[in-house]
Amino acid sequence: MTALERFPRRLTLVTGHYGTGKTEFSVNLALALAAEGARTALVDLDIVNPYFCSRERRELLEAAGVRVVAAPLSGADVPALPAEVHAVLEDRTVRGVLDVGGDPSGARVLARFRLRIIKEDYQLLYVVNACRPEVSTAERAAAYLRAIGDVTGLACTGLVNNSHLCGETAPREIREGAALAEEVSRMTGIPVICHAAEARFQDRLGDLDVFPMEIRMKKPWE
Amino acid sequence: MKREIWKGSEAIAEAAIRAGCRCFFGYPITPQNEIPEYMSLHMPQSGGVFVQAESELAAVNMVYGAAASGVRAMTSSSSPGVSLKQEGISYMAACQLPAVIVNVMRGGPGLGSIQPAQGDYFQATRGGGNGDYRTVTLAPANIQEAADLTQEAFDIADQYRNPVVVLADGLIGQMMEPIVWKERTPRKLPEKTWAACGRGDRDHSNFITSLLIDAPACEAHNLELAKKYAEMEKNECRWEEILLEDAEVVIVAYGTPSRVAQTAAENLRKKGVKAGVFRPVTVWPYPYARLREIACRESVKVFLDVEMSLGQMLDDVNLAVGERKPVRFYGRCGGAIPHVSEVERAAEEAWKEAK
Repeated sequence: MTALERFPRRLTLVTGHYGTGKTEFSVNLALALAAEGARTALVDLDIVNPYFCSRERRELLEAAGVRVVAAPLSGADVPALPAEVHAVLEDRTVRGVLDVGGDPSGARVLARFRLRIIKEDYQLLYVVNACRPEVSTAERAAAYLRAIGDVTGLACTGLVNNSHLCGETAPREIREGAALAEEVSRMTGIPVICHAAEARFQDRLGDLDVFPMEIRMKKPWE
Repeated sequence: MKREIWKGSEAIAEAAIRAGCRCFFGYPITPQNEIPEYMSLHMPQSGGVFVQAESELAAVNMVYGAAASGVRAMTSSSSPGVSLKQEGISYMAACQLPAVIVNVMRGGPGLGSIQPAQGDYFQATRGGGNGDYRTVTLAPANIQEAADLTQEAFDIADQYRNPVVVLADGLIGQMMEPIVWKERTPRKLPEKTWAACGRGDRDHSNFITSLLIDAPACEAHNLELAKKYAEMEKNECRWEEILLEDAEVVIVAYGTPSRVAQTAAENLRKKGVKAGVFRPVTVWPYPYARLREIACRESVKVFLDVEMSLGQMLDDVNLAVGERKPVRFYGRCGGAIPHVSEVERAAEEAWKEAK
């Protein structure tokens, strides 16, 4: 399945608890869409996290043809966003991936764009990671999901299992996350869209619908 | 034991709660805001007290008060905020009060930047406040260690009745890594008979002050404190040696730059350069003796000190190595992180020069 088929909406809004891997997933999705020929923009809406943001991969993304929209001072904790965000929301020839900050506090920025977003063809994804203690049970994962819906005024349309232990992930964690995502899906009625995993695990996860990724958000010594 | 992904700041906060910390006072500053944020939610659930103080000064003095009553107390901040806490740390050292101060360092001086740095080394290891005092200073290089050392910091503080500093760089505060919560064996600690927590059936009142207006009494007090610092130097020094057995070029680094150094050393070994890493885990007390032993090895040709500052730990490396071997330096500052290739190049150049 291509990325364009798997994520058919023009705008993809990526939300979740801190550390679930929203940024890794967003960067990989933008690269996949661009590789399939779509005019793609990645919008870094993370104004709560000062480090490890998708804007740090600007060079890689731009080389792959992805337009990067982010606040000009990448290293500052200034909650300001460029007007260019509107260009991505309004230009219907562009596929936009919106990397949203963690938790309801980070997702609050979406509320400002809500009236525009609801006029567009969009999907709002909620990323789950069974290895993050704060959201490792379905009840807690669903609670964050509801809280993000409350502050943004936007309904979640799909779940993405992105369970990982940074560089120490094994198929076991991805399977635990799959079970968690299914449980959240049963509780909320929101479908599981895919299981994001490093491409090298794909063979061992043949029974799961895997969105293959390559780790892009490495630490300085990796 | 289940492995979980924790952000460094959250792990430090959770570790403190697990170590029995029941009072947290802080004031927000990037890149450690997740510590007070986590504390604000979880400390009350653990039966403790969280206060967002009106300033860093207020926060550290609340810690002073809580510690005086015998409660395990902590504050956290980042570089400019920790500067504001120095007076409180000096007073706590003077009053022999155990407490934990976490510094998640960012670029300085002044307000600086919010990216990772290590420019507070002098402040942490030489005593940023006034007077003759010392603080055991623990420098984690990964999130597991941040969690383990934060818990142990409370034991060290109680054992010596002295503030302990956890000196982390911004990357430790902000990055995520898998950790396990280990079963701890707490130290055997003395009763807090000195605590000002009500007279009860004692025959005397406990009185806590740093004011010793009579100079001979003040000197005697200082000499008593100095005995404790000597004990800390004897007992608390720790370090890690990576690929050091046959190393010819020894990279000395603490905190996350040691991980950049380790990758650089591994790459250099593939090129036939025998590189290794010496990583102080305590930066006070500093592992001078061990580093001196390594400097005496015939196989060792040269040292390269790597920091996210402009040559602060370099003083300690020079003190340890002396004239035995050349000491070179590579550092980035202001929030820039040394790149693996830069450290590799600097180490290789130092090695070629010394060969």
